[in-house]
Amino acid sequence: MNTVPQIFRILPEVILTVTGVLIMLIEPVMPKSASRKSMGWLSVLGTLAALGASLWQYQLPVGTAYFGTIQTDAFSVFFHVLICSIVLVSLLAAISSAPREMDTLGEYFGLVVFGAVGMLFMTSAVELLVVFIGLEISSISTYILAAFRRKSAKGPEAGIKYLLLGSFATAFFLYGIAMLFGATGTTVISQIADRLGSSHLPLLAVAGLGMILIGIGFKVSAAPFQVWTPDVYEGSPSPVVGLMSTAPKAAAFAVLLRILYGALPTLHEYWVPLLWWLSALSMTVGNLGALRQRNVKRLLAYSSIAHAGYLLAAFTALSADGIAAASFYAVTYAAMNVGIFAVVSYAGGYDDRLTLIEDYRGLAYRAPVMGGAMAFFLMSLIGIPFTGGFFGKFYVFSAALHSGFLWLGIIGLLNSGIGAFYYLRLIAALYSKPSEAAPLNQIPRPSFALLLGVFLTVAATLILGIVPGRVLAMAKAGAATFYSVSASK
Amino acid sequence: MTDSLHLWLIPIVPFAGFLVNGLVGRKLPRALVSAIALIATLIPFLQVANIWFHFSSISKPYVENLGSWIVGGAFHADFALQLDQLTMIMLLIITGVGFLIHVYSTGYMAHEDGYWRFFAYLNLFMFFMLTLVLAENFLLMFVGWEGVGLASYLLIGFYFLRDSAAQAGKKAFVVNRIGDFGFLLAMFLMISHFGSLSYHDVFAVVAQHPEWQGGFITVIALFLILGATGKSAQIPLYIWLPDAMEGPTPVSALIHAATMVTAGIYMVARTHAIFDRSPFALSTLAIIGAATAFFAATIGIVQTDIKRVLAYSTVSQLGYMVMALGVAAYSSALFHVLTHAFFKALLFLAAGSVIHAVSGEQDMRVMGGLWKKIPITFVTMTVGVVAISGIPPFAGFFSKDEILYQAFISPNGGKILWFVGLVTAFLTSFYMFRLWYMTFFGENRTPEAKHDDHSHGHSHGIHESPLVMTVPLMILAVLSAIGGFLGVPEGMWGHNEIGHFLGPILDPASRVVGEGPELALAGLSVLVGLAGWAMAHYFYYMKPELPAKLAQQFSAVHRLLENKYWIDEIYEGLIVTPLLLVSRYVLKGLIDTGIIDGAGMAAGGTAQGLGALVQRVQSGNIRSYAGWLAFGAAVLLVVTYFGFTAHFSVR
Amino acid sequence: MLVPISYYLVLSAILFSIGVAAFLIKRNIITIFMSIELMLNAVNLSFVAFAHHWHQVSGQIFVFFVMVVAAAEAAVGLAIIIAIFRTRNTLDVDKIDLMKL
Repeated sequence: MNTVPQIFRILPEVILTVTGVLIMLIEPVMPKSASRKSMGWLSVLGTLAALGASLWQYQLPVGTAYFGTIQTDAFSVFFHVLICSIVLVSLLAAISSAPREMDTLGEYFGLVVFGAVGMLFMTSAVELLVVFIGLEISSISTYILAAFRRKSAKGPEAGIKYLLLGSFATAFFLYGIAMLFGATGTTVISQIADRLGSSHLPLLAVAGLGMILIGIGFKVSAAPFQVWTPDVYEGSPSPVVGLMSTAPKAAAFAVLLRILYGALPTLHEYWVPLLWWLSALSMTVGNLGALRQRNVKRLLAYSSIAHAGYLLAAFTALSADGIAAASFYAVTYAAMNVGIFAVVSYAGGYDDRLTLIEDYRGLAYRAPVMGGAMAFFLMSLIGIPFTGGFFGKFYVFSAALHSGFLWLGIIGLLNSGIGAFYYLRLIAALYSKPSEAAPLNQIPRPSFALLLGVFLTVAATLILGIVPGRVLAMAKAGAATFYSVSASK
Repeated sequence: MTDSLHLWLIPIVPFAGFLVNGLVGRKLPRALVSAIALIATLIPFLQVANIWFHFSSISKPYVENLGSWIVGGAFHADFALQLDQLTMIMLLIITGVGFLIHVYSTGYMAHEDGYWRFFAYLNLFMFFMLTLVLAENFLLMFVGWEGVGLASYLLIGFYFLRDSAAQAGKKAFVVNRIGDFGFLLAMFLMISHFGSLSYHDVFAVVAQHPEWQGGFITVIALFLILGATGKSAQIPLYIWLPDAMEGPTPVSALIHAATMVTAGIYMVARTHAIFDRSPFALSTLAIIGAATAFFAATIGIVQTDIKRVLAYSTVSQLGYMVMALGVAAYSSALFHVLTHAFFKALLFLAAGSVIHAVSGEQDMRVMGGLWKKIPITFVTMTVGVVAISGIPPFAGFFSKDEILYQAFISPNGGKILWFVGLVTAFLTSFYMFRLWYMTFFGENRTPEAKHDDHSHGHSHGIHESPLVMTVPLMILAVLSAIGGFLGVPEGMWGHNEIGHFLGPILDPASRVVGEGPELALAGLSVLVGLAGWAMAHYFYYMKPELPAKLAQQFSAVHRLLENKYWIDEIYEGLIVTPLLLVSRYVLKGLIDTGIIDGAGMAAGGTAQGLGALVQRVQSGNIRSYAGWLAFGAAVLLVVTYFGFTAHFSVR
Repeated sequence: MLVPISYYLVLSAILFSIGVAAFLIKRNIITIFMSIELMLNAVNLSFVAFAHHWHQVSGQIFVFFVMVVAAAEAAVGLAIIIAIFRTRNTLDVDKIDLMKL
């Protein structure tokens, strides 16, 4: 039955791996004085090829490969395309903002590409071992990237915080997998569902569920597992933050969807209330934390916590619509967040020239296009109609309310009201009179790569806000491919 | 109807104007910028006028589907526009008054920096406002709804270098968000109960289920009311409108008097099928409206800033409209929307002309005696003042009186509403004539050659405004004078054209209509209006020293009014400050001490004592973070084991 | 063969808890690293026990991968630790708190 060659099922991953290896091989033999930015363009090419391969996979018949560990379906293609696009933009942001003379730039691009491989594996894996390996590949790459400004004081601190706490959470995740394995005797997601469905509820599986939620909760920075987020975002280079606040999260959400809806639908009575709380708590903590924040990167970190909360709200819906809403929100969130960090990495530069909100005063006059784009992303984060942020939230909360979670909807909308406060503060700063001694004057002209990246994200945010139909249809197709096998409520 | 009306052109043309001016306007000469902006509003106006002339031949509601927008999810929504009588009235107001205000702005803003930006925003506003009223489904309406809020934010904060303007813009935006939150929730509930957001489907479903009374319908209606109170500046969300006067005066006229603030009225009228099923929601509306009308009028009495008086008067007049909605007199509310658009736009523009004349001064205490120097402004403003005061035969008389009459005959408690409305009419007349006397009569109190940071250029004495400003004033004055004849009720030998026009879609067949002594009531309200005038005449013309004495005598009341009942401060204290406190201290406490406690519990038995813990009471510490993680993990696991089911689902 | 599976599981849970506690108590980064290793290996013990219980080899395969991953993590971790030591001259985790609320 499996007529498709197995390698086709992992073609994007293979392409990216080859790209990464090429970078690692070419970079050391390049003359010492040569700029490593060419490696960046190489990785952009590789990512584009992987993006194309992912789209190509869409027309393959749904099926598994490599002993039933990898599955390509509309869902995996959806997240593949999303992750490749995020990586693309963050590569462009890195190419434009990294200092020319940086000697470790080649490794940087290699790590981004390798990390992407891990994330892609997470979204197409239907077996927990591969999920775990994918998670670790992406995590370890991002640990290094977080610590990339190794000469500064904050860089290694961000790295070690991320690494220690991340491994700590991974251990819980792993323990959860072990418990699921213990309860069912298998690590294949669909078999877990079958065996759980036929038996009484083994307590072990419930414990495993809790442990897995801890691990994933950490990765997506959902409260109460969010503590690391602001510190790590502050210490990491901005292009890296743009990447790690979106792509690994999208992959982790995909894993969570696969596990909850694919493996544990019978336990929904346990996990729906848990996700309700995680969601409500994340939104509240994120928004309240951001309210008084003066550091822009930390502010965006708290905002990303809040957005993780909005996204988790869709998980409670227990329907294909909920999954589609979550997938769609992952896209919109990624578009605006990777976009805003592209602007931040341009304005703030690799070394964070600008840190506080006050530093951004008048950016829109110094650099009208970039400042305007940043204001636009902020408006999308607030959720103004005709931006992706509005529709993302709209779908998520209409899915949650459709399942009867009125209070979650109310909490969510109240929170998005609070959110307007601090986003507006930043918008107002962008358009207010610049102070005289602003470090703004060091801002260079935006490079082609940056303009391209920002243009892509602005366009994506607009398209998602005005004609979201296509993306939503794809998200629904993704939801349908595996919701049909799970139990109904 | 065979040929298409091309409704989509109506909003798209202003949007094109916005794009052109917004993208390249900076480099264009001012004349070109204003030409673009004017053409971008003139074309929709002409189109609307054209539609109006063969309106009777159009089958209503006329729906124009431009293609599907969202397919999938629990519902689907299209880019669909709709035209019916209600939309028609709103379109005429928006494009007609909007065009006049655009013309006026070319004069008023002539010396401002950021000329192109202003007109770009103004066109953007037109786009969203037209989308709002043309939409055929709630989602598209909401896009317009939020969009006008955004445009209003941009325009209020137009003098962005002024801190107060930026603050006011933000306040307006955030308060409006609270209202939007209600609208959104109502929409979500509609999706889950009606399975659609299209007007046609929703109202069809409601009509099919006559057994739906109250219950979830009331919940939806109450959320819609929350939305309306935000946009139409009603209690408890009215606080943003007075501050919004920081924006340029044409903005106040267009957005904060004639169009945007009436969006809430439009929305309730549009969804009246839902409100008709919920007497509770209707009573709530009526009470909110009456209370706001009275409350805002009392504040208006003591304001000294000319624009703020008008702002509170707008809030108060909107209260009348909401009250009319609350007694299910939807077409009366719309009639008042129409006349109010005329006379309030007129008043604002005339006030702008006054401000222009005295080089940016807005405080009425330093005006006075201006009538000879700016005669056109004086005459036109007089028309506006008389119209709003409800003196026949000017426009405000008929529409206001219609509302009072409808309140009077409404079966449940209408007499009280009517009385509050009557008292408000007295107050309105009083504070409007107060404004009139303080501005135009008495001796001139203008200090010589005052330079303000946004002065309007001419510093050579007080002068009448140019023609581009006075012609719109004159047109609006004519409309304010005769606009009322559109709706002279049958009780006064009229034909109530507007009522019959809107009747087919707005008046429910089952509406209980009482009887009342219409002429007597009208006579009473005229008397009340004249009494207000007389009192203002006495206090501010014959004995101008008296108000100050009275203010001293009743200083407590005066202070209460002057400080607007301290509502802003109360909100600040009750809502904003606690939020910030939570953000600042509680969260910090959680992260600082809470985590330390987590780590502390683990560390408690070890060699490290409490002292060491105290030393480490600061965050950024990996171990305390890990403690927090572990603590969260423990709680989560415990909760998982107890496995409480989803009993907070309301399904 | 006579040892019931629950013994392994309890031992695994105890080891895991010790790992968590050590993570919270210890101040030296290297020691904290070791406690993470302890947690991972506690999980490994569970995997092996379950694999034996179900007669499924996949649990044991899992263990190998966990070991590999742990090694990779340790390599990266040590590199970052060296970077930290160069900038701060300390391995006390409590002194690494430059960034805070």
